[in-house]
Amino acid sequence: MIALLIRDLRLALRAGGGFGLGLAFFLILTVLVPFSVGPQSALLSSIAPGILWLGSLLACLLSLDRLLALDFEDGTLDVLATAPLPLEAALAVKALAHWITTGLPLVLAAPFLGILLNLPPQGFVWLVASLLLGTPALSIIGTFGAALTEGIKRGGLLMSLLVLPLYVPTLIFGAEAARRGAVGMAIETPLLLLAGISLGSIALLPFAAAAALRMTIR
Amino acid sequence: MVLRLTDVAVARGGVPVLGAVTFELEPGRALVLRGPNGSGKTTLLRAIAGLQPVLSGRIEGAEDTVAYAGHADGLKAMLSVAENLQFWAAVYGRREIDAALETYALAPLADRLAGTLSAGQKRRAGLARLMVTDRPIWVLDEPTVSLDIAAVGMFADAVRAHLDGGGMALLATHIDLGIEAQVLDITGMRAAPDALHGASDEAFL
Repeated sequence: MIALLIRDLRLALRAGGGFGLGLAFFLILTVLVPFSVGPQSALLSSIAPGILWLGSLLACLLSLDRLLALDFEDGTLDVLATAPLPLEAALAVKALAHWITTGLPLVLAAPFLGILLNLPPQGFVWLVASLLLGTPALSIIGTFGAALTEGIKRGGLLMSLLVLPLYVPTLIFGAEAARRGAVGMAIETPLLLLAGISLGSIALLPFAAAAALRMTIR
Repeated sequence: MVLRLTDVAVARGGVPVLGAVTFELEPGRALVLRGPNGSGKTTLLRAIAGLQPVLSGRIEGAEDTVAYAGHADGLKAMLSVAENLQFWAAVYGRREIDAALETYALAPLADRLAGTLSAGQKRRAGLARLMVTDRPIWVLDEPTVSLDIAAVGMFADAVRAHLDGGGMALLATHIDLGIEAQVLDITGMRAAPDALHGASDEAFL
């Protein structure tokens, strides 16, 4: 399992690995928002948590295409499916690698981009906390979506349609936690629900993804 | 340990392609599948590797014993040959890759990125993967595609060494490797018409 994680991280960091794709998208989106909304700092600071959460979600979605497709094309998935490593574990590790290369950089970049969007000072901690709790769910749900649509040529559109509704609860509670944090309200409820979504997805979706993948690679 | 197929039928894309396949493979023996394109060789091999379900019949002795090599080599273009092999060795819980590099004369290429290799060199690296798995049954689908004569010789030697060590090999190939092997011609083994019942594997489309 560790070998698979190291290999995925190494591949992501080498040329053409797609590391930074999501981060660049996130950067572009949040840098452009103040230009399109206009220089109204009150408005910006009220929409900042929502924009940052939406940007993270879309950046995650953007990188899902490559999650399994590359391994499918070069035959790695076939061999992995016949290897002693259970497919459930392999997919969980791939989701973890996706989170480390996509989710974690987004979490780390968000506070800096929060400054651009005039995020109130008390909101930074909760923004980072909510992203830290929520982005693992985005990665594992995305892995499930990628497994469902594997083997379909140009399956990206179908995958987006499948994954987006599943992303909505994470977005609602994540953005709500960040927004409440920014205006100084109690954040326990949305934060707990967000953690619940993440833990539930991490516990269940590797099995669902492996079942879907067994169906799609044959 | 014996690989035994009893009356196996397989389908591809919802269409039954092969039926009533029965054979036995014992340690130290090789079996070559012959048949024209589209006769179901790949589908049968994928079923034996556990990558797709059978329509009917039974496959025994294939659980966790098969090392499968299909049309794609399973190499990452941005990793070196040695890194690719080390990864697969680690997946199968092993470390040693030198023997595999040596058998296929890959030592001079060990530090090259797999993406920069020629088709034949990639194939050799893909076949070398079988040697790091330590699994007794090699299931090989057209293993000699894009190999030159010298490389085919290396491959035949590797298979022979594997058989001498008590392994088994199941190959779909059209060229004569000079290995002593049973030959199973699957040309006549069409699926029975009643196998059509419930043959659809299209769950989503």
